[in-house]
Amino acid sequence: MHKKVTFGGFGFPLLLLLPQLAITLVFFIWPAAQALYQSVLRQDAFGLRTTFVGLNNFARLLSDSSYLGSFKVTMVFSASVTLAGLAIALLLAVMADRTIKGATGYKTLLIIPYAVAPAVAGVLWYFLFNPSIGILAYLVRGMGYAWNHQTSGTDAMILVIIASVWKQISYNFLFFLAGLQAIPKSLIEAAAIDGAGPWKRFTSIIFPLLSPTTFFLMVVNVVYSFFETFGVIHATTSGGPGQSTTILVYKVFTDGFVALNLGSSAAQSVILMLIVILLTAIQFRYIERRVQY
Amino acid sequence: MVENRPWLTFLQHFVLLCGVALVVFPIWIAFVASTHDGRSLVSGVIPLLPGDLFFENYRTLLSEGMAGSGGGPVWLMLFNSLVMALSIAVGKIAISLLSAFAVVYFRFPFRMFCFWIIFATLMLPVEVRILPTFEVVANLGMLNSYAGLSIPLIASATATFLFRQFFLTVPDELTEAARMDGAGPFRFFKDILVPLSRTNIAAIFVIMFIYGWNQYLWPLLVTTDESFYTIVMGIQRMVTVADSYPRWHLAMATTVLALLPPVIVVVVMQRLFVKGLVETEK
Repeated sequence: MHKKVTFGGFGFPLLLLLPQLAITLVFFIWPAAQALYQSVLRQDAFGLRTTFVGLNNFARLLSDSSYLGSFKVTMVFSASVTLAGLAIALLLAVMADRTIKGATGYKTLLIIPYAVAPAVAGVLWYFLFNPSIGILAYLVRGMGYAWNHQTSGTDAMILVIIASVWKQISYNFLFFLAGLQAIPKSLIEAAAIDGAGPWKRFTSIIFPLLSPTTFFLMVVNVVYSFFETFGVIHATTSGGPGQSTTILVYKVFTDGFVALNLGSSAAQSVILMLIVILLTAIQFRYIERRVQY
Repeated sequence: MVENRPWLTFLQHFVLLCGVALVVFPIWIAFVASTHDGRSLVSGVIPLLPGDLFFENYRTLLSEGMAGSGGGPVWLMLFNSLVMALSIAVGKIAISLLSAFAVVYFRFPFRMFCFWIIFATLMLPVEVRILPTFEVVANLGMLNSYAGLSIPLIASATATFLFRQFFLTVPDELTEAARMDGAGPFRFFKDILVPLSRTNIAAIFVIMFIYGWNQYLWPLLVTTDESFYTIVMGIQRMVTVADSYPRWHLAMATTVLALLPPVIVVVVMQRLFVKGLVETEK
């Protein structure tokens, strides 16, 4: 899409672009290039000598059991957050889409978690599940399960999943609701006249028509669970106990800032960038396809 | 409503109430905990109704902070968060309005190249380039400063895109009329385009304010001086302390203070925000 009526000049538009281009180059492109560059170097233990090691950092990572373990943790975490988040939000959106009394009130309350920082969401649930004073930990104990996310990896994983899903419900809810409201009412009415009940209408009309929204949200949620959940994990479990909640982003942070293993951290950054680029590419392919409908 | 089914309406209310309970419960418990004293929280199960120490707890926290957590008084953290969120929101809107204007209303060499450079930032969230970005900011001497907290987060393609999409829908007749009346590009931008974008600017403002306020990793990296701590990153220290001393009431009061401003912004500007969010990302 282009404008037919434009202004002339060369210097003025560049001047307008300058602030954004400068910030982008200094804080985005240059650091990304640095990450690429450092990923093929290795520093010795004192940071005195740097040698070129080619793809050695990557090879090391791929044979490093703790990195592969972190990959597995990320997959489990990401899949759970995405699936649970989408399922709960879809259920709520379908219920809120039918006009009932008080719908606006429900919606207002349901969008609150969007405004809560991931780290804060983590702390809220951490408090509820605190083994000694948390009210939910108490209830779970009453059911005969000794909840302790400080010693049990599974419990810690469940805790960060719950907090991450909670934070993301509003976002998914709003998009599902927008998607549902874009479905023509006449289709639903026609199906109702033909004798299709609510469940039948959902499975054979509403859900298929909602699939573009669902797909879009899947990509967004995978990206969310890969990167933005850093706050949830850092503020609560700190990747532990052991490595049980160390997702890839968290590992980049600890290897780079705590263990000061620059080459390895840079190589991990590059792998993460590749994952983001892949996900973005998938998303754009799909958006292009949808535009032609 | 397609048909009248009483049991379905009942089910709807039931499911939505469960959803609302799920959403509100953690915040309610945090609020309740923040109104009791530290000892009554550790000595048994947490109460479900507020206690009577609301004013006392919040006053201690705002003026003195939490002893042993290594942070200053909480009002300073709130102030830092506010400065950071506002600079990010205002900065983003300013630079994206300008660059979207340049990309849409001018033809010049390398136009698409510039556009793609900006676009590339979509693929580089701060989390994947933590170390090198930190080094850049450290080399520029921007650690422990408001500039270091906000400027690196200002450039993002999302706002530029929204404004670009919106500018493309502004009728060409307006541009022609403005030109015929002798308005130059800057005059057109200032007197026609910006006033027309008011709703979009407001929507982006809400989204970016929340984005800025909720930053966690970035302030964690660039601040070592406690007078620049933001409230969202300060919480983590308090929780660590609260686990060993009975200070959960103060940690939870901080949590409530950290989530209140963005929640108020979202609820008050709900309609604008929802419209902006759904349109930006699609």
